[in-house]
Amino acid sequence: MSTFPRTDTSLLARWWWTVDHWTLGALLLLIGGGLVLTMAASTAVATRMGLDPFYFAQRQFFYLPSALAVLLVTSLLSPTGVRRIAALVFVFALALTAMTLVAGVEIKGATRWVRIGGVSLQPSEMLKVSYAVISAWIVAESRARDHAWGFYVSAGLMAVVASVLVLQPDIGTTLLIAGIWAIQVFLAGLPLILVAIVVVLFFAGAAGAYFMFDHVRLRVDHFFDPSTGDGFQISRALDAFRSGGFFGVGPGEGQVKAYLPDAHADFIFAVAGEEFGLAACLLIVFIFAFVVVRGFSRALKAEDVFVVLAATGLLSLFGMQALMNMASTTHLIPPKGITLPFISYGGSATVAMAWAMGMVLALTRERPEGRG
Amino acid sequence: MKASFAAGDAWPNRNADPSLEAEDGAPICLEGVRKRVLETARSRLAITAIFFILMFAVTVGRLVELSVMGAEAGPRVSRHASAQMAGRADITDRNGVILATSLPSASLYADPKQIMDPVKAAAALTRIFPDIDRAQLVERLTAPTRFEWIHRHLTPSEQQAVNALGMPGLSFKDDYRRIYPHNQMAAHVVGLTDVDGHGIAGAELEFDESLKKGQPLRLSIDVRLQHIVTEELLAAKDEFRALGAAAVVLDADTGEVAALVSLPDFDPNAPAATPADNRFNRVTKGVFEMGSTFKLFTIATALEAGVTTIRGGYDASKPLHVAHYTISDYHPEKRWLSVPEILVHSSNIGAAQMALDIGTPLQRQYLSRLGLLRPASVELPELGIPLTPSPWREINTMTVSYGHGIAVTPIQLAAAAGAVVDGGVLRQPTLIAHDEPSAGERVFSSQTSRLMRTMMRQVVRDGTGTKGDVPGYLVGGKTGTSEKLVDGRYVHDKRVSSFVGSFPMDHPRYVIFALLDEPKGDRSTFNFATGGWVAAPLVARVIRRMAPLYGLAPRENIDDRLDERLPTRQKPDVLATHRGGTGAKLQGRQLAAN
Repeated sequence: MSTFPRTDTSLLARWWWTVDHWTLGALLLLIGGGLVLTMAASTAVATRMGLDPFYFAQRQFFYLPSALAVLLVTSLLSPTGVRRIAALVFVFALALTAMTLVAGVEIKGATRWVRIGGVSLQPSEMLKVSYAVISAWIVAESRARDHAWGFYVSAGLMAVVASVLVLQPDIGTTLLIAGIWAIQVFLAGLPLILVAIVVVLFFAGAAGAYFMFDHVRLRVDHFFDPSTGDGFQISRALDAFRSGGFFGVGPGEGQVKAYLPDAHADFIFAVAGEEFGLAACLLIVFIFAFVVVRGFSRALKAEDVFVVLAATGLLSLFGMQALMNMASTTHLIPPKGITLPFISYGGSATVAMAWAMGMVLALTRERPEGRG
Repeated sequence: MKASFAAGDAWPNRNADPSLEAEDGAPICLEGVRKRVLETARSRLAITAIFFILMFAVTVGRLVELSVMGAEAGPRVSRHASAQMAGRADITDRNGVILATSLPSASLYADPKQIMDPVKAAAALTRIFPDIDRAQLVERLTAPTRFEWIHRHLTPSEQQAVNALGMPGLSFKDDYRRIYPHNQMAAHVVGLTDVDGHGIAGAELEFDESLKKGQPLRLSIDVRLQHIVTEELLAAKDEFRALGAAAVVLDADTGEVAALVSLPDFDPNAPAATPADNRFNRVTKGVFEMGSTFKLFTIATALEAGVTTIRGGYDASKPLHVAHYTISDYHPEKRWLSVPEILVHSSNIGAAQMALDIGTPLQRQYLSRLGLLRPASVELPELGIPLTPSPWREINTMTVSYGHGIAVTPIQLAAAAGAVVDGGVLRQPTLIAHDEPSAGERVFSSQTSRLMRTMMRQVVRDGTGTKGDVPGYLVGGKTGTSEKLVDGRYVHDKRVSSFVGSFPMDHPRYVIFALLDEPKGDRSTFNFATGGWVAAPLVARVIRRMAPLYGLAPRENIDDRLDERLPTRQKPDVLATHRGGTGAKLQGRQLAAN
């Protein structure tokens, strides 16, 4: 790839010299890894479902390049562009998510999907990403005036979004949105006493979910006592890590994917563990951690409160999703139904995450003309 | 609103137009706020970053734990197998042949809450398990519980069929099924467990705790011998149409039970397939009036106590009348009988008079020392309590001398007979394999034992037990036949016929007792159904088959070594002149033989 001369002031040239190459490289690595792991895991699932063995692989091979395009185009935007598109998407996504409640397609006991013109969408994926930006905007706006109203407005917005998600029900995404809000208000200077109260509320909410939702309770019960019921996916996933060892059993040689219903989606990390071993898992964890920490350090240099809050919110979403997925696959927490960004199969999730990371790239671009 | 947005839009880099900021107020002040807020955000962002790094580190730790430490635990299959080893332990025979073992199996249960259509589910399940009642199953599948057993211990094909239903709410639980590979063989000894693997009978119950702890149990039983005895006993029981039969073989040196058979028997793999009565252990639980085999104890006690000698005798010319009873002989010789003749011809009259000379206290003392007045101490929960006379009058002393008015279990009788033949030492019968001879408790002198062996050999050679002989093995024994009490009266055609034998009599290795409950004579026995006709030949057949198993070859010309010098058919006066010399010679031969 020939690079642009530093003196070139075209859009692409400026982009190339200001975007964070390290983060971009890490994300490209993740997308490439996702292609390989989808090949490894999804064929077994597709065969089991009576589909063409490469049904999922072909679709993901379409989604991932599309996602890459979304990522690159988004990263060209200015912070204002980021914010405007996010506001637009937020309104649409909220409407669509609300629609799932009345016209949704039920999959595995939850109505998270909506069909528009023959395309199935999971609007909550877009909703959580746009929420991170909108919430940052509101909070930054109020803080710029040394006010605290942004905390309450974004909390109110979160309550609206959460109430729709809880009805689907989608507890995992609700937790993510609550986490984004908490981190943003924490950064924006929420008094420490209130931080403590938020932490308490968070645990209270988790306990509430346990008692209010049967499927949450079932998952949590199985987590603490796998023998009580079908902790089937979890125990197979743990078997996968054990049989994988350090270097794995080799690509295509894994057995567990033949039994794991969600081998290509929520449990793809277990397939990575079996076929490519601890080495590959550690590499994946490292890439996720790198992207998050690198992004944080870029945000640290930003001179604008909105940029700091939005980038941190989006990176936290990315990091929390990765952590929650890996932790539930390795039986550290009860399963949440959260996908592994760029690795798990799924069109909506992949494109939404690409958009999110594209915004992170856009927000953390170097601005030599910036003040200070 | 628009103004506010514009102000919020005040992107410092993109648009540094101060006029927009001025609209909202003092830019200097806002600038200060921005700096302060940014400072807080940055320090708190650092904290957030540390939090994320910690979380990623925890994930890495967990991955390492799973992949590296988990792999050391070995593959899943072998973990399963070791769990099985930790389950209920095996029961084996003395040679390590497995009599009971636990195999992993799957048991099917339902979570009624997850069952969508109980009627449909019940219909599908009863097609796979025809033994389940459908209506009852529907009821259980609609129960307000979260756990209902459907079927325990599925075969792999049944499990496959249930899986093929693809019904939610049906799950399998790893389970262990108790398997008895030899089915009926030694079922009364091994016993059985209930469906949850708790011992409920036999050694399974007696050793339940240690088996559950994983300690294997090695029984003294030898399945090869057990098979021989079962086959012969079953043949005899069928031939003589007996209600039941019992047999036990004891190792004379150790008291180990080498075989124990009670018929009819049952298959512990399917205990419900046969009547519950079949689980009754006639060898250790059933008490019988044994009849003439008790004369062994009467004569041995008399010799030991010095009441009479081998050259003594009693007048058996006419029946005894005591109170309302008449004691007569089954094979009346109607003459004076020497002590050996009383045993050989099985004279009740002679034994009863001998018992009167012994006296009640001494008789009770010896029977007690022979273990005949209290339950046997063998390691089974099913132990019969002997029925003894109460009060123990003189007439009881007389009837007990020939085995009436007292009822004991076959294993007690075999052990007591073992004490008589094996040097006078009683060894408690045991079902646990011992590799060393047990010390035992001396009841009779070795001299008394020698005389008894000589007389028992004579019973088989010349007396009521001739059908128990096996040439070359120097078999000795005693027959026993008693009539059963029905409604308080002894009935002629309901007998308990038995034979207790031992071989070789110059150094007994095994004691064998066989009993038939209510045998009917047939043409081959001239309609006789006494111990000598039905039980003695059975014991002979067992000895003939078991001797080669234990490397005991038949020996020639050994018969005269034992009993040649026994005083028989001699009158008291003639006997007196020979007294000293005969006894001395006999002793010398016996010592040489031992």
